[in-house]
Amino acid sequence: MVQTAQAIKSVPRAARRAVVAYLAVAASVVLLMMVFGLWMRLAQGNLAALAPARFYQLLTVHGTGMVGSIALASVAVQWFFLNKYIDLSARVFLANLGLFLIGVVAILASIFIGGFAGGWTFLYPLPAHSMGVWGPGAAALFMGGLLVIGTGFLLLYLDIGRALLARYASLWRALGVPQLLGSAQAAPPPAVIAGTMVLIVNTLGIVAGAAILVMSLVNLYDPAFRIDPLLAKNLIYFFGHVFINATIYMAITAVYEILPVYTGRPWKSSRVFIAGWVASTVMVIIVYPHHLLMDFAMPQWAEVVGQVISYTSGLPVLVVTSYGALTIVHRSGIRWDVASGLLFLSAFGWAAGVIPAIIDATIVVNQQMHNTLWVPGHFHFYLLIGVVSMVFGFMLYLARGGRERPHARERATDRLAFWAFALGALGFVAMFLYSGSHSVPRRYASHLAQWVPYDRIASAFAAVVVLAAAVFVLRFLANLGRAARVEA
Amino acid sequence: MYQSLALKLTILFVAVVMAAFLYVAARAGSRRDYAAVQPRAYRIRRYWFWLLVLVATPVLLYTLSELPYSAAAQHRGEAQKVKVTGHQWYWTLSTDRVSAGRPVVFDVTSADVNHGMGIYDAQMRLVAQTQAMPGYVNRLAHTFQRPGDYRLLCLEYCGVAHHNMSAVLHVIAAKAR
Repeated sequence: MVQTAQAIKSVPRAARRAVVAYLAVAASVVLLMMVFGLWMRLAQGNLAALAPARFYQLLTVHGTGMVGSIALASVAVQWFFLNKYIDLSARVFLANLGLFLIGVVAILASIFIGGFAGGWTFLYPLPAHSMGVWGPGAAALFMGGLLVIGTGFLLLYLDIGRALLARYASLWRALGVPQLLGSAQAAPPPAVIAGTMVLIVNTLGIVAGAAILVMSLVNLYDPAFRIDPLLAKNLIYFFGHVFINATIYMAITAVYEILPVYTGRPWKSSRVFIAGWVASTVMVIIVYPHHLLMDFAMPQWAEVVGQVISYTSGLPVLVVTSYGALTIVHRSGIRWDVASGLLFLSAFGWAAGVIPAIIDATIVVNQQMHNTLWVPGHFHFYLLIGVVSMVFGFMLYLARGGRERPHARERATDRLAFWAFALGALGFVAMFLYSGSHSVPRRYASHLAQWVPYDRIASAFAAVVVLAAAVFVLRFLANLGRAARVEA
Repeated sequence: MYQSLALKLTILFVAVVMAAFLYVAARAGSRRDYAAVQPRAYRIRRYWFWLLVLVATPVLLYTLSELPYSAAAQHRGEAQKVKVTGHQWYWTLSTDRVSAGRPVVFDVTSADVNHGMGIYDAQMRLVAQTQAMPGYVNRLAHTFQRPGDYRLLCLEYCGVAHHNMSAVLHVIAAKAR
């Protein structure tokens, strides 16, 4: 076991208020996007009217909005705790929120005024080939909005990188590599190691995303400027894969920091822990070809790498983080509340969600499962039960007064909402997976009659999830003042 | 069919993970010194790691031995050929009739945006797929074992009539052809 550095400082009040502002915006958007998701499932089940063009607009805003708002909430979680260990700029943090809101306005205008329905993937050359449904202005507004949001995140990561280098001198050290290689010096705390990993991978992801966005914007107005469609696909899925995975790696900081408060046991940066994070740093970058397994024009070695690394990527989750959550909670004498329950649930969601993901990344399986509802089945598993639970757990921890009041009494409504969320989300993702195993395609505005029963059952579970999430979000919004007073 | 195997394996492994979490959650209320819990937990973790490696490695090696990418090249000459082109929002096929029991090589491309050619059998089970990309030809080899009408659906979002993009492929018994 290596020693963990614990040079903890207090977090400025302005920074805490900024974190609460982030969470209030993100949670509200998440709730709205959940309503849109429910609406789409109801429409597929013939229980709500939704014209195809409107369905695909909702699909576009749901995917983009969920990824963006969860990234916003996750980076707030990470930034909140990183403030204990490094000196971060609250101004840059607020600038990111401002740019995010500008980007959101642009994206909403592109979709609901301009009619853009190109999906969050904006897969080249679809933005320029709408068949008259939307114009280049709407597509440009959408991609420009994404570019503004990505710029905000990049600025924030640059500031985190500056602060990490000021404290640890190199990213190598901030990642804990010297301790992994045998140094007896104190290792950085888990939040710093996770923050360094995210800084490395997401900077690369955002730069790749910005590159393809700029190229696609040029193509919109100068069709003679063409992009290789396979290159575009690689850049888009590299960006998308890294960016959404980074939300997990940011939000997991809540588990590392808050479960020790409840259990009275430290979460230390052991060598196994550091090894898991160093391995994840590399694997998150190189695993993205598993999104392109049905692109037979890809080099075969890249597809094989996609499958092999998908398998090995599961190890840090199953053996390090989720197993760590089990270890720290086991016979700890913890007094469960909704916040700690959600954080524990999130560790389950992440670990269990990687199982159908790994199975889908098996090339021969992917040939019968790719782009069926199996895919949203596995990513909703680790995003809804995993990341969203991490974010809600953190929000409720703040709303209840943090470490000062970890055992404050809570209402029966909150406990009911916890079980409704857990069981509703499990049923919801199970229906996606079941539908996928029956070959139901994803991203379809209307379904065959034989698929409709699955959609209806899924809609019932989705409605339960939305109601439970509304309880959590309202509880947080009703306690913003208390949440802003919580010290990291 | 891999779909049913995938579902069963997912249920099995998720149940194992869930059982571990429920076990720990149920016993979390009683307190034991962490110094007593950790050594046992780390020992179990070592077994857990090697169990995962032992289970995953043979599966990985076996599944990598039957990749679909070079199958089309192996069937060159003997195979029936179908050129498939995706358009917003329809498919064009060089022929819509093939024989069962003999390999078919699909040369799949797109005239506009990205599409995905998914082949569904009469029970609407997805039997094979590949992407249809502008500027590229993806070669997919598949041998239909059963005659019948198969449907080609689009499996890559391609615009607001994506869900309507469908074509029929008639697979006839070898003798009938």
